[in-house]
Amino acid sequence: MLDNAWLIPLIPAVSFFIILLFGKRLPKKGAEVGIAALLASFALSVLVALDWIGEHVPRHAVHKHTTWFELGGIDFGAGIHVDGLTVMMLVVVTFISLLVHVYSTGYLHGDRRYTYFFAALSLFTAAMLLLVVSDNTLQLLIGWELVGLCSFMLIGHWWEEGVNSGAAIKAFITTRTGDVGLMTGIILLFFAAGRSFDIQHLNHEALTGAIGHGTLLVGASLLFLGVMGKSAQFPLHVWLPDAMAGPTPVSALIHAATMVVAGVYLIARLYGVFFAGFSIEAGGVNLVAIIGAITVIIAALLAFVQDDVKKVLAYSTVSQLGYMVMALGVGAWTAAVFHLFTHAFFKALLFLGSGSLIHAVHSNNMSEMGGLRKFMPTTFWTFMVGSVALAGIFPLAGFWSKDEILLGAAENGFPLMLVVGLAGAFMTAAYMTRACYLIFAGEYRGHGHPHESPPSMAWPLRILAVPAVLAGLLNAPGILLFNGWVEFEVEGVEHFLHHHDFNPGLAAASLAIAVLGIAAASAYYFRGALNGLSDRLPFLKVGHRVLVHKYYLDDLFLAIVRGIQYPIARAAYWVNQNILDGVVNGVGKGAQRTANVVYDVIDQRVIDGAVNGAGLSAEEGGSILRHLQTGRVQQYAALLFGAVAVLAIGLVAFT
Amino acid sequence: MYLNQFLLLAAVLFCLGVYGVLARRNAVLVLMSIELMLNAVNINLIAFGAFRDNVIGQVFSLFVITIAAAEVGVGLAIVLLIFRNRADIDLDELDLMKG
Amino acid sequence: MVAQNIVFGILAFVMVAAAFRLVTTQNVVRAALFLAIVLAGAAGLYILLAAEFVAWVQVLVYIGAVVVLLLFGVMLTRAPIGRDADLDNDQRLLGALVALFLLGAMGAVLLDAFGGQKVGTFAIRRSGEVGDSIFGDFLVPFELASILLLSALVGAVALARRD
Repeated sequence: MLDNAWLIPLIPAVSFFIILLFGKRLPKKGAEVGIAALLASFALSVLVALDWIGEHVPRHAVHKHTTWFELGGIDFGAGIHVDGLTVMMLVVVTFISLLVHVYSTGYLHGDRRYTYFFAALSLFTAAMLLLVVSDNTLQLLIGWELVGLCSFMLIGHWWEEGVNSGAAIKAFITTRTGDVGLMTGIILLFFAAGRSFDIQHLNHEALTGAIGHGTLLVGASLLFLGVMGKSAQFPLHVWLPDAMAGPTPVSALIHAATMVVAGVYLIARLYGVFFAGFSIEAGGVNLVAIIGAITVIIAALLAFVQDDVKKVLAYSTVSQLGYMVMALGVGAWTAAVFHLFTHAFFKALLFLGSGSLIHAVHSNNMSEMGGLRKFMPTTFWTFMVGSVALAGIFPLAGFWSKDEILLGAAENGFPLMLVVGLAGAFMTAAYMTRACYLIFAGEYRGHGHPHESPPSMAWPLRILAVPAVLAGLLNAPGILLFNGWVEFEVEGVEHFLHHHDFNPGLAAASLAIAVLGIAAASAYYFRGALNGLSDRLPFLKVGHRVLVHKYYLDDLFLAIVRGIQYPIARAAYWVNQNILDGVVNGVGKGAQRTANVVYDVIDQRVIDGAVNGAGLSAEEGGSILRHLQTGRVQQYAALLFGAVAVLAIGLVAFT
Repeated sequence: MYLNQFLLLAAVLFCLGVYGVLARRNAVLVLMSIELMLNAVNINLIAFGAFRDNVIGQVFSLFVITIAAAEVGVGLAIVLLIFRNRADIDLDELDLMKG
Repeated sequence: MVAQNIVFGILAFVMVAAAFRLVTTQNVVRAALFLAIVLAGAAGLYILLAAEFVAWVQVLVYIGAVVVLLLFGVMLTRAPIGRDADLDNDQRLLGALVALFLLGAMGAVLLDAFGGQKVGTFAIRRSGEVGDSIFGDFLVPFELASILLLSALVGAVALARRD
């Protein structure tokens, strides 16, 4: 089955075309095709995963490549590379996408572009799977851009409202900004690795030192630009919260399984390049770890001031992506991938849960929720499971993966990242407590009567709650299956990543900090302690305002664009007013005096005579020549051809 | 085979095309004559390609064919437009630009 | 070589005759058919010069598409299908003079420049080579040509549609 993994992206791609062409005429408007395709893909992925697990250790990655065409001796081909990372991504993507498909049948019931939506979902999944299985950077780029395009289509699904289409354009343009770097990086590495797009080859060349360190650093930095755009890392994270304008199932798909983890996946896939390029082994700081760490903190802070429940989750996603990127930056490859794995489940759960809330309340704002625990028990319980998993409470999924990241930072010599990670854990626990408080506690503040969602929406929640609880146990001490299944392997290069044993002390510390976060937030919200603190302390007030304005980053980006434009315009204006006008005025005055003299002598007598004469002769000549202009194209053409012949003869005769 | 036999044949066809462009009233016939001229050019290109024994002549003739296709498309659209506006495609009548 | 010259002679004669009739006939539909003959003759010449890919493109694009398009033009502009004495304008003499003058000039130049030069041996160019050349050295012109076709398409639609 491993050999035939290429079928997995193919099935949703075919489903996309079927839905597009026949979807509207099918009894369920195309939804059944999408669900069936994803079911098939998911089943195949599970088979692939079982095959992979069942292989003899050490497992060998399956690599198949066919040449599409050759140009100038360069192989442009398509291929698959199936190893532990690929298998894990295949399972996660198809599983989440399948549940999102099912959920969407309830959430978008009766939507105007229902069929279109399912077609785009299929294409989105296909593109992500294509990206995941690809064995070369070119194919990866194709999948990457297709994912970007589909996200644009899906975020702007309800484009009739300007806000939504604006958000779609913002997402597209922001990620494209990073993609410029990605594309340049791919081209650079292509030449650096001896004209090859092959990912394994790139990793090999990078790790064995065949590519110079300077080139590698530039290449890795350029690739990282693409990652910053796609995985919403500071400062290109601005698009992601706006992307919440799309339908909620799309948000779940974008933020849990596809799109945003594409960037993390890219680093993990090309880890040889990043590892050698940024000298991660040396410890201390590097670009990847720093950007990840900044993202963890700033996004977590922003999550505190949001009223829109989806935006809380969006910033939480940005923050968790920061964790993954940071983990990759500190050399904790397995931890990052494992966090990607667990995060996919509980974040999808949370997003689908928030969709269920929104479906019931008809508003995104937490200020219009409250007390929903009574009305929506399933949503409540599953949402709580997701929140606790995200907060990293033992023994749910988030605890294990977050702990591994912290462990990696501590053991690999990145003390700063360890502190950031712990602070992030505290804030994560706190803002999720705040969200849960606003949604479920107290009295209902909205309109109408909220009700539990239909089964097509409730069941995906229940199903997702299971891995949200259990997924982390895969790598719990004593079990440690995940480590063996998903490894970073490059043929011909020895293992260079260290795995660290579970550290009970650190785990206890992170758990304690998370509990502390929950306790602090509970004290603030449930008990009302410290109420009005931000009104009393001017420092906090300023902080609050900065957060509400998202650190003024949007304004900054606009200001940069204007900043380039305005000074140029103003400088041009100044030159115009002061220098040019002065010259012009000076010249004008001088000219006036001269002119007075000249006027009487030359102008009146000589020039006028000449001008009148010229006018008369022109009139005479014109009235003769106007007969030539007959308005008939063919006469002109005759003259043209004749003249060309004459000129040609002249040219030959006189040279 | 002499190179000139191709070039002279092309020259004859080209000049017949020129005559057609100059002496025909019907706009569609003028377009046909233009096609004739373009074909003469193509024959030249292919002949030179064989003469130099390279492939560039063929490549260029393919480009000419492409452009000819575009030209016919736009030309016929213009002819249709003229016909719709004037119910006639006699080029002799199109002398609005008469001086 | 003799066989090739004979084939060339036949093709040249047919082409010149058809081209002559094309510009003198008084029947628009026949003119289009004569055009098809000239174009087919040109395709024959291409094969004679071992440019088979261009020859087939010529047949497909010119005879298959362009001539049909022109016939549609004839039909849509309701030009008379039968004889029409009035297809020529009053500057036939001028046109003939210019064309002859041009022919004389070109012929003189050609004889002067290439007189006596032979088309030597030449390799048969397979379609693959033509493709490699287009997508290698001439990639940019190729892309430009595609843009030209697109704009021609848009332009033609914009011109011809009734709004």
